[in-house]
Amino acid sequence: MMEQHWLTRRETIRWLWVVFAVALALTVVAELFIAHEAHFEIEGVFGFNAWYGILVCAGLIAFAELLGVLFKRPDTYYEGGDD
Amino acid sequence: MTSLLLHPGLILMAGAILLAPLRGAARSAGALAVPLAALYLGWQVPDGAAATVRFLDFELAPLAGDRLSRLFAVIFAIMAFGGALFALNQKHPLELTAALFYAGAAIGVALAGDLITVFVFWELMAVGSTLVIWSAGTPAAYRASLRYLMIHLLGGVLLMAGIAGHVADTGSIAFQRFAVDSVSHWLILAGFLLNAGAPPLSAWLPDAYPEASWSGTVFLSAFTTKAAVYVLLRGFPGAEILVYVGLFMMFYGIVYALLENDMRRILAYSIVNQVGFMVTGIGLGTEMALNGAASHAFTHIIYKALLLMSAGSVLLMTGRRKCTDLGGLFQSMPVTTWCAIIGALSISSFPLTSGFVSKSMISQAAADGHLFVVWLLLGAASAGVFLHAGIKFPWFVFFQKDSGLRPTDPPLNMRLAMILFSVLCIGLGVYPDPLYAMLPYPVQFVPYTGAHVVTQLQLLLFSGLVFFVLLDFLRRTLTITLDVDWFYRAPGLWLIRSALQGLSLLGSRGELRLRQSVSTVWRLLERHHGPDSTLARTWPTGSMALWVMILLLAYLLFYYL
Repeated sequence: MMEQHWLTRRETIRWLWVVFAVALALTVVAELFIAHEAHFEIEGVFGFNAWYGILVCAGLIAFAELLGVLFKRPDTYYEGGDD
Repeated sequence: MTSLLLHPGLILMAGAILLAPLRGAARSAGALAVPLAALYLGWQVPDGAAATVRFLDFELAPLAGDRLSRLFAVIFAIMAFGGALFALNQKHPLELTAALFYAGAAIGVALAGDLITVFVFWELMAVGSTLVIWSAGTPAAYRASLRYLMIHLLGGVLLMAGIAGHVADTGSIAFQRFAVDSVSHWLILAGFLLNAGAPPLSAWLPDAYPEASWSGTVFLSAFTTKAAVYVLLRGFPGAEILVYVGLFMMFYGIVYALLENDMRRILAYSIVNQVGFMVTGIGLGTEMALNGAASHAFTHIIYKALLLMSAGSVLLMTGRRKCTDLGGLFQSMPVTTWCAIIGALSISSFPLTSGFVSKSMISQAAADGHLFVVWLLLGAASAGVFLHAGIKFPWFVFFQKDSGLRPTDPPLNMRLAMILFSVLCIGLGVYPDPLYAMLPYPVQFVPYTGAHVVTQLQLLLFSGLVFFVLLDFLRRTLTITLDVDWFYRAPGLWLIRSALQGLSLLGSRGELRLRQSVSTVWRLLERHHGPDSTLARTWPTGSMALWVMILLLAYLLFYYL
């Protein structure tokens, strides 16, 4: 049995989530203290990049999954067929 | 003519050939020295045509420079050096020679002052890159290389037809900005775009590149697609269609990479995605956008090579390439893991990395032009890059789960190559001025403003949150995703095989009938004219006289009737 690396321990992972959550919050709070350079109206909406990032990534994963349903094949699909 | 002897591309190509018979330390020293010489000479190329050669009725300019061509010559030479350092312990004798020859041809394209020279080096690149894929020595690589060659020969035909049409129309071979207004210019554009990995034939890239050896893919990632970006920058800046093509490439790369299980195919799809950013920038066509596309090509070559070096190290040390077989490697490959993370942060345009100082210019150009939808899609694609390459690649290869594999970091030269490129990624991110000074237009862009840093961090970190929240949907399976290459690998192949079978069946039946009719005629001739046949027999004179008399009587009879 190999010794468990400290980074893979449950309590380390819990701490990493806490640090990550703080970092996420900081990026949103920091928006209050910076000079905006908005080119478009939507950039003025509070936390635009945060929720836009969430929406876009969830959308991309959903679309990829949908595409996968249609076009995913076993990775042996072409083996022996195209030689 | 003397200056042609100092052509950095030709020197690299000649050096590559001379290296072929060398072994051991001499080969290693040569492999590092020749790209360095090309780097120095590429830097020194003066503005305008430095050498001319007469060919048919044309005055060729095989060595011509300006800011744009020097930028690409320099980065191609840096890449050749880094790649050679990484590949020094590659056992296959052909690969390094082919790779440096390929790099030399790419420099040749960057420094070509006329369309004929572009075409010649363009095709030499196709030869060099095909040989790099062959060097992997596996049946899968051989088959992939033939598909790759087929597509690139098609691209060459399109380009040659376009150039011939352009010369017929204008009488000029000058490589300048083309308007997309004639069949010949469309053909040139199609030839360029095919090498950039643009739709509809982008599948050649993720099909072929990951089949090369652990070191071969590092070279392949750099030259063909970025030489295409260079010729598009020179030939078609501001062509609106490139905006749409580029946007499609960005999302195609993300979606396919999200579904992929092979670590190097993830990175191959990601090349299409990144070139999409550059193509969009070229389509926008403002000085800011063109600077953005050129600088992004420069930084992308470095961080994509770095990512593929880390993937190549994993492949060499574990023999595995599927995410489902990997995981937990950070425990025994710390250098490789850190370098992969730096590459992943750079491709995601994290502040303080090279991607941040280059890609932002393209978004800025879209914002300056008040192109809301383009700007919005560029932002979406930036988030998607972090998702498919920034986190997915390092997570599934180095973390994820404990695969039980405990490979060590790769040999020293490979670690040094990765460290060198990591330093360049961070160095350019922290201090972009030397890169900005080399760009084709004066740079009026400040990457590090509070708003820019905060908004980018927001976008990336919240994308990261989605990755971990939806991790169950991203777990990889032993699958591939069908692409346009399916048409020529499945039904196309079936059609050709059926046609060949049909032809051969037709052939065998036809042959049988032909043989039958020939032998019938032969038997007929034998019966009448053979040695023992009726007409060949000796007849007595009396019977002949009798037959003559009968014929004469018959004549007499018919005459009076």
